[in-house]
Amino acid sequence: MIALLLRDLRLAVRAGGGFGLGLAFFLIVVVLVPFGVGPETNLLSRIAPGILWVASLLAALLSLDRIFALDYEDGSLALLATSPLPLEGAAMIKALAHWITTGLPLTLAAPALGFLLSLAPEAYAYLLISLLIGTPALSMIGTFGAALTVGLRRGGLLLSLLVLPLYVPTLIFGAEAVRRGADGLDPMGALMLMAGITAGSFGLLPFATAAVLRINLR
Amino acid sequence: MLKVQNLTCARGGVPVLSNVSFAVESGKALILRGPNGVGKTTLLRTLAGLQPAIGGEVTFPEDEGAYASHADGIKTALTVTENLKFWADVHGGPLPDGILETFDLADLRDRLGGTLSAGQKRRLGLARLGVIGRKVLFLDEPTVSLDGFSVKRFSDWLQDIHLSAGGVAVIATHIDMGLAAPELDLTPFKAADDTTGGSDEAFL
Repeated sequence: MIALLLRDLRLAVRAGGGFGLGLAFFLIVVVLVPFGVGPETNLLSRIAPGILWVASLLAALLSLDRIFALDYEDGSLALLATSPLPLEGAAMIKALAHWITTGLPLTLAAPALGFLLSLAPEAYAYLLISLLIGTPALSMIGTFGAALTVGLRRGGLLLSLLVLPLYVPTLIFGAEAVRRGADGLDPMGALMLMAGITAGSFGLLPFATAAVLRINLR
Repeated sequence: MLKVQNLTCARGGVPVLSNVSFAVESGKALILRGPNGVGKTTLLRTLAGLQPAIGGEVTFPEDEGAYASHADGIKTALTVTENLKFWADVHGGPLPDGILETFDLADLRDRLGGTLSAGQKRRLGLARLGVIGRKVLFLDEPTVSLDGFSVKRFSDWLQDIHLSAGGVAVIATHIDMGLAAPELDLTPFKAADDTTGGSDEAFL
């Protein structure tokens, strides 16, 4: 399992791996918003939690279709399926590798971008925590979507359509936690619910992902 | 070691082979013959467990099967050694000594997978079989894009190292690999066209 994780991380940082693409996309989207809505600090700081969360959702989406597509094309997915590594474990590792290369950099970069959107100072901690808890769910749900569309030509668009609705609960609770933090209210409820979604998706979706992969490999 | 009884397998829901039965003793190989499209790949994928059989039974020791197809599963951004090391790690074993020499890859050890020629990629794909330490190999045209010398090297490895250690191999190929192994022509097992097993009629 560690071998698979290390291989995926190594592939991501090598040439053509796409590491940093999601992060750059996140940066650009967040920078574009003030140009679009104008330099009103009050308005920006009100919409900042939502913008940051929506942007990180889209950035995470960007690299999802690579999770299984490359392994499927070069045949290593079939070889992995016949290896001693359980496919459920491989699915979870793939999600983890996606999170480390996408979700974690997004989380770490978000506070700096919050500054650009004049996010309320009280909200920074909750922004970091909510992204830290929430982005793993984005990776796991996305991995499931990637398994559904593996082997399809131009599956990327279909993947976005399948996965984005599933991201809604995470988005609602994530942005809500940051907003409550900014307003000085107690964000624990939203954070707990989001942690629940993450735990639930890591508990259930590896099995669904493995089942879908087995069908797609036939 | 490998026993197949009355196996029926399908491609895209349409049965292609029916009632295939054979057995391969430990230390022996079996060569599958048949024209293109007769179902050699389908049979091998079914044997390897990548797709379910419609009927019949396949028995071999659990966790001993390995499949090698036209696609070698080589990562273009990893070096030859890294590619092999990955499969060794996944299968929980060390990289066997001399494996690079056996498959004539020693000079290429630090080259990236993406810079290899078709034949070199194939050799790397086959070297994976020497790394994973599995006893029952299902090989789908292993010699495609190999030159005569490399074919000889591969069949020597198969004979001297894999089979003589009690392994088993089922090989679909169109060429003479120089292996002393029985051949099985799949043409007689071709499923009749009117078999309705793959249609939805039963549900309607």
